[in-house]
Amino acid sequence: MNRQAQAVILLLLGGAVIRASVTDLYLRYVKEGLRPFLIAAGLLLVAAAIMTLWYELRPAAPRALAPAGGAPAGGSGSGHDDHDGHGHAHHEPRVGWLLILPVLGLLLVAPPALGSYAAGQAGTALSSQQQSDYPPLPEGDPVQVSVLDYASRALFDRGTSIGDRRVQLTGFIATGGDGEPILARMVLSCCAADGRPVKLGLTGDVPAGLPDDTWVEVTGRYSDRLGRDPVNDAEIPYLEVESWRQVPAPKRPYD
Amino acid sequence: MEVLAALLIVLIIFREPIAAALDDPRIQTWTTVFVSIMVQAVPFLVFGVLLSAVIAVFVPRSFWARALPRHPALAVPAASAAGVVLPGCECGAVPIAGSLIRRGVTPAAALAFLLAAPAVNPIVLTATAVAFPNNPEMVLARGVASLIVAMIMGWLWLRLGRTEWIRMPRRPELDDASRGRAFWAAVRHDVTHAGGFLVLGAMAAASINVLVPERWLQTLADNAWLSILALALLAVLLSLCSEADAFVAASLSQFSLTSRLVFLVVGPMVDLKLISMQAGVFGRRFAFRFAPTTFVVALLVAVGAGAVLL
Repeated sequence: MNRQAQAVILLLLGGAVIRASVTDLYLRYVKEGLRPFLIAAGLLLVAAAIMTLWYELRPAAPRALAPAGGAPAGGSGSGHDDHDGHGHAHHEPRVGWLLILPVLGLLLVAPPALGSYAAGQAGTALSSQQQSDYPPLPEGDPVQVSVLDYASRALFDRGTSIGDRRVQLTGFIATGGDGEPILARMVLSCCAADGRPVKLGLTGDVPAGLPDDTWVEVTGRYSDRLGRDPVNDAEIPYLEVESWRQVPAPKRPYD
Repeated sequence: MEVLAALLIVLIIFREPIAAALDDPRIQTWTTVFVSIMVQAVPFLVFGVLLSAVIAVFVPRSFWARALPRHPALAVPAASAAGVVLPGCECGAVPIAGSLIRRGVTPAAALAFLLAAPAVNPIVLTATAVAFPNNPEMVLARGVASLIVAMIMGWLWLRLGRTEWIRMPRRPELDDASRGRAFWAAVRHDVTHAGGFLVLGAMAAASINVLVPERWLQTLADNAWLSILALALLAVLLSLCSEADAFVAASLSQFSLTSRLVFLVVGPMVDLKLISMQAGVFGRRFAFRFAPTTFVVALLVAVGAGAVLL
């Protein structure tokens, strides 16, 4: 892998990272707070590429320390590696070509955010310890809450702080352990590799006949029914659905 | 260049089958996890590389001789402590440790830094405190155990390590008369080099993430010793960022606190992407000795710390 090829790879990687972070694409993979760092890192990669090309393509300036002709056995590499007199063609990392994969992943494939498949693989994240006193719900009828917030209140506070308020939450449809549709939302702490699902069982006017990964906005009330996640044997709270409607996938797919 | 052109042609020809394959939920999840590990790691990698290029080009050798205690055995705890104040994740620590060794820092101290920096820094400890609100002793146990492991590994290297195991590639461009040229050459080289190995590690970690369903773990959680071993191996295989692993550990609630502490101590020190990057930066002979030893030491120290503190 010669230096110009490395420069092109760095340019592509930097460009792909910048593009992902100025659009909302990066929100599918990492937390929102990483954005400034992504942009800075992308700019630095582009700068490294430009500086490499600049030093490579500039009319060769005399090099004080170049051991001209003293190249090791690998010196008969390609012309680009030779002309600077170092001739260490075999030491240029070929493994760098692999960096083309994340570039293709970001520019061509742009895989979707984690969905029902990942949710089915992992146990509901609420088995972790939570506080036990919750502040009252904000104003509004129905009041907008996140799946995570509803599930923690329903589970650890047995719905006391929800009372008989109407709540509205958004998540995607996945298939629960008993084949019934459940409402799920992934939570991230760093990147999608540590994404864990929060799962809610549905009773009442259950959205039926929707394929997995369909995003819905459901309105309903607290239900004291509890289920179990077959994956990690943790409790899954339920929601008594009064109405629901299909919605497009939100810009921030994770809670 | 030719490789790039060929790749583009192949992509255009096989567009349809590739698109069909990407619709499979497993492959889709794999791609999502792979891309997100890379996106998450890129800033840490770039800033780590930048710092390592500064060390390699601008910080004179004499600085390290003055900054670290003369005796290597004392340099080890000093370097571990230096790791504590530098918030970073493991992807950035590898190139930094590499250029420390290149600049004449004793490998024992550089390795202690390599292990301590991602495991015990303010961000990671805060994340641990947030993830375990009811067990603040977890933060203490994690910090203490990780520091002890870093220092033991440094001292072990002084006793048993051989310099010839570390085979760092020759880097003539670092001695370039022009500082600017040397700096950018170091950045270019380290990003493509360490980054390439990071891709390998991320692919392995994404495969594990998709192929090993969590329900397999359920059966292991009931046996105290088996669960410790299982979570230690899981930490190696999942290759989570050290800033995130506490939240995953918190969600593995069917496991004992001690086994989850093992997960948190082993993960930032030995995992697939680290082994891959260490093999690239320090050479394979080094990585294949260093990683298993670190694994065993981290496992034992974490179990000990769990017995005393949790």
